[in-house]
Amino acid sequence: MQRIGVFVCWCGSNIAGTVDVHAVADALKNEPGVVFSTQYQYMCSQAGQDMIKEAIKEHRLSGIVICSCSPRMHEATFRKTAQAAGLNPYMVEIANIREQCSWIHKDMAEGTEKAIILGKAAIAKVNLNAPLTPGESPVTKRALVIGGGIAGIQTALDIADAGFEVDIVEKNPTIGGKMAQLDKTFPTLDCAACILTPKMVDVAQHEKIRIFSFSEVTEVKGFVGNFTARIMKKARYVREDICTGCGLCTEKCPQKKVPNEFNLGMDNRRAVYIPFAQAVPKVATIDPNYCTMLKSGKCGLCAKVCTAGAIDYKQKDEFIEEKYGAIVVATGFNPISMEKYDEFAYNQSKDVVTSLEYERIMNAAGPTAGKLLRPSDGKHPHTIVFVQCVGSRCAACDERGKEYCSKICCMYTAKHAMLTRDKYPDTDVYVFYIDVRTPGKNFDEFYRRAVEDYGVHYIKGMVGKVTPDGDKLIVRGSDLIGNKQLNIEADMVVLAAAIEPDKSARPLATMLTASMDTNDFFTEAHPKLRPVESPTAGVFLSGACQGPKDIPDTVAQAGAAASKVIGLLAKNKLTGNPCVAKSDELMCNGCSSCERVCPYGAITYVDKEFRMPNRTTLVRRVASVNEAVCQGCGACTVACPSGAMDLKGFANKQIMAEVDAICK
Amino acid sequence: MQKITRKMLIDKAAELLQNGTVDRVLGWKNGEFVYDVTPALFTDAEALEKDFVYNDFCGANFSKYLIAETRKQGGKVLVFLKTCDTYSFNQLLTEHRFDREKVYAVGIPCEGMADIEKVKKAVDGIIAVDGKDDKIVVTSLYDGDVELDAQAVMAERCIVCKSKKHVAYDELMGEEGEVIESARFDEVEKLEKMTADERFAFWQNELSKCIRCNACRNVCPACTCEKCVFDNPDSGVENKAAADSFEEKMFHIIRAFHVAGRCTDCGECSRVCPQNIPLHLLNRKFIKDINSFYGDYQAGAEVGSRAPLVNYTTEDLEPGEAVEKGANN
Repeated sequence: MQRIGVFVCWCGSNIAGTVDVHAVADALKNEPGVVFSTQYQYMCSQAGQDMIKEAIKEHRLSGIVICSCSPRMHEATFRKTAQAAGLNPYMVEIANIREQCSWIHKDMAEGTEKAIILGKAAIAKVNLNAPLTPGESPVTKRALVIGGGIAGIQTALDIADAGFEVDIVEKNPTIGGKMAQLDKTFPTLDCAACILTPKMVDVAQHEKIRIFSFSEVTEVKGFVGNFTARIMKKARYVREDICTGCGLCTEKCPQKKVPNEFNLGMDNRRAVYIPFAQAVPKVATIDPNYCTMLKSGKCGLCAKVCTAGAIDYKQKDEFIEEKYGAIVVATGFNPISMEKYDEFAYNQSKDVVTSLEYERIMNAAGPTAGKLLRPSDGKHPHTIVFVQCVGSRCAACDERGKEYCSKICCMYTAKHAMLTRDKYPDTDVYVFYIDVRTPGKNFDEFYRRAVEDYGVHYIKGMVGKVTPDGDKLIVRGSDLIGNKQLNIEADMVVLAAAIEPDKSARPLATMLTASMDTNDFFTEAHPKLRPVESPTAGVFLSGACQGPKDIPDTVAQAGAAASKVIGLLAKNKLTGNPCVAKSDELMCNGCSSCERVCPYGAITYVDKEFRMPNRTTLVRRVASVNEAVCQGCGACTVACPSGAMDLKGFANKQIMAEVDAICK
Repeated sequence: MQKITRKMLIDKAAELLQNGTVDRVLGWKNGEFVYDVTPALFTDAEALEKDFVYNDFCGANFSKYLIAETRKQGGKVLVFLKTCDTYSFNQLLTEHRFDREKVYAVGIPCEGMADIEKVKKAVDGIIAVDGKDDKIVVTSLYDGDVELDAQAVMAERCIVCKSKKHVAYDELMGEEGEVIESARFDEVEKLEKMTADERFAFWQNELSKCIRCNACRNVCPACTCEKCVFDNPDSGVENKAAADSFEEKMFHIIRAFHVAGRCTDCGECSRVCPQNIPLHLLNRKFIKDINSFYGDYQAGAEVGSRAPLVNYTTEDLEPGEAVEKGANN
């Protein structure tokens, strides 16, 4: 029989405000096994902890129940307290009477009743608790960064600079991501390429960093400190190791009509291409959808002109398996599709563009070599209308758009408007907005400069319709401050499209068992206190895959994620979780159900000899759990038909006892 | 009536005993009454000639017996498998429950077995049974020979037979058949069309007849645990199922969950139930739901197939969707 102590915390008025803590302590005094029950203002305080330690000694307690906040807050605290008093830390149970009780009840009587029930459940469980000892597992001192945009680049550089090996997996032929497509960056207006490309070169030259470009992660197994990832290097039909990036093949390729994704399809590239001049790695890639040699076996011009002999039409996808201690997700974002926004005539007129397309038009390496020319006829536009929040801040029922604010659009639209007016003073620039959101260092000053110094017309209101009329676009919108309808005859319309997580994020989240929100942004372990960690141990988040972010925020978060990774990789051993699965060999049927559902590959089967009546023996196949690999998820205990598989610390019997205590 | 005769099976068994392929034979013999055919083990031709029977009452599925048989010392055991039995046979192999090397499996064609209850309703005082074309000839103590239409007294599980194809055997007697488009879910659909209250009343009525004899569990080829949770005081399930008037429902619901995804729908549970509870309908509902949630799946169709409930694919329904679909089914 256990000797259980119960400690009810007031948490100031957080709990005591809606739960009669004295009544709870009194009621739990008479539960089976309880020999001591008390309450105190702040159990987590030093005084509270000392009180627990003294009670353990004085009443010779074998287990304790703390009725307090969520175990995510102070379970570790109270385990250490118990350990300091000589008790096994796994003899501590937390009854969450704050988040799951006092905070969600308004009525004192109801709150008190529920707190007592939750306390009873925890007591019922502690009665069946047994001391547990955690094991240890080694740490592979290498990190995997998935995504090679500015987030992935910064994280990789910071980890590598600390002396650990890093692999970057980038699905495109070059690293650089969205930032490589930007022209200037707000609020300082430095050229994006000028600040990004040195970092790309740093990555390429860093002895601790390997880049797997044009590659994808196809499978991840294992757990924190011991992941194994399978990486698919897609066939690029060019040998990366000998291609010098001279670009001769891209000049000679006769297939000239391939839409250039780097310029968002606004100009063409060849079937063999290098995405842009500063690409890293600077290696050509053959597009099998357009290459006539790969499609019909006729041509082979690029192979003929390649002095290095790097062209290899027979190249196949290649798979690599590597071990990692930590994984950083940096899969980034994309603007949402404008296909469904008929009211803005995106599909009808080439002169209605997204902001990212406008970014390319303004860029010297873009389709117009940096001259502001209309996509339809190449003429210089005089009136340009910017529309903000296209697909952002939508009503929940709007299936085309997103409920959230995309965060970066106010600032880049101000940037576009300002740069346009700066380079082309002959233009009239209008910006339709719902609100202008500029909460960043030097952000509001930047926006005000656009309005005050550059004469951009900011109009509070939304655009209702854009109608192509000859070579003009009639923009109908409302001016809420002027309280009137506007009809603007524009030459170009620029849509600030909402941003969404990259499509590769969802399958990756499944692979990593990392959770996502309804918008497919990765969820952080705690929105305030653990913003760069995913709830899955060893998986970290960097950049816009976690939520809309501008470059300064992304770089800051990338560094934060890197520091978490460095903290993990600096350890030689990780203390495991002792709440792992255990198989009762006498009851095990050998059916393999547990082996099949185990996401960590922790279960194997062995042939075991059993003694049977009359001095005979029987060899049976039974499950065996590798405790270092098991993460205690409990999937096996549910799959096991006979109940031979059980979880230490969360045994079927303990859970049942809790349910019984609640239902009594 | 069966196309295969008692004599053909005895000859086959005797031949395999004679040439040393096997040293014992799993077969059927008469029980207390001729319609109480019961499984038996034969070790020589003489015993076969004396006791071996084969008729329309030989519904017993032998696959589960192979667990105990293959743990014995000695040579191979001969087992006769009807088509539906072969699915259980494969499912047990998938779960590594017996040693395939110690079994010689002979597939036998099956024309559908009689439902003893239906026969008993039609004829009193049964003392002998024989088959003739598509008739069953029952000799009655009171009425002499009575001819019954085999189809009319056929067991429900055979009327909606899912397959005439043997999915496992070492040797096949007769012709190989095909998997059949079966109407076996019609009964389930009827239950689904009931309101929740009607359905509860239906099962309340059926399950209240349960006497907890455990026959359904003991015969079930999916219920082969070394130690059943209902026999294990440590599981905490045993005393739950015995707690109150809800007992029988808990027992059957827990059992249905335990065999979900592994049940081949052989129908033995309902055959052996002394209270004639249509237990197989619980299992069929699970099979139907699994099919609609995760794509058609037949347990035991092949050895080593990954059952949907212990297999994850990215195309799987989200749990919430499954609950919603389940509620609407």
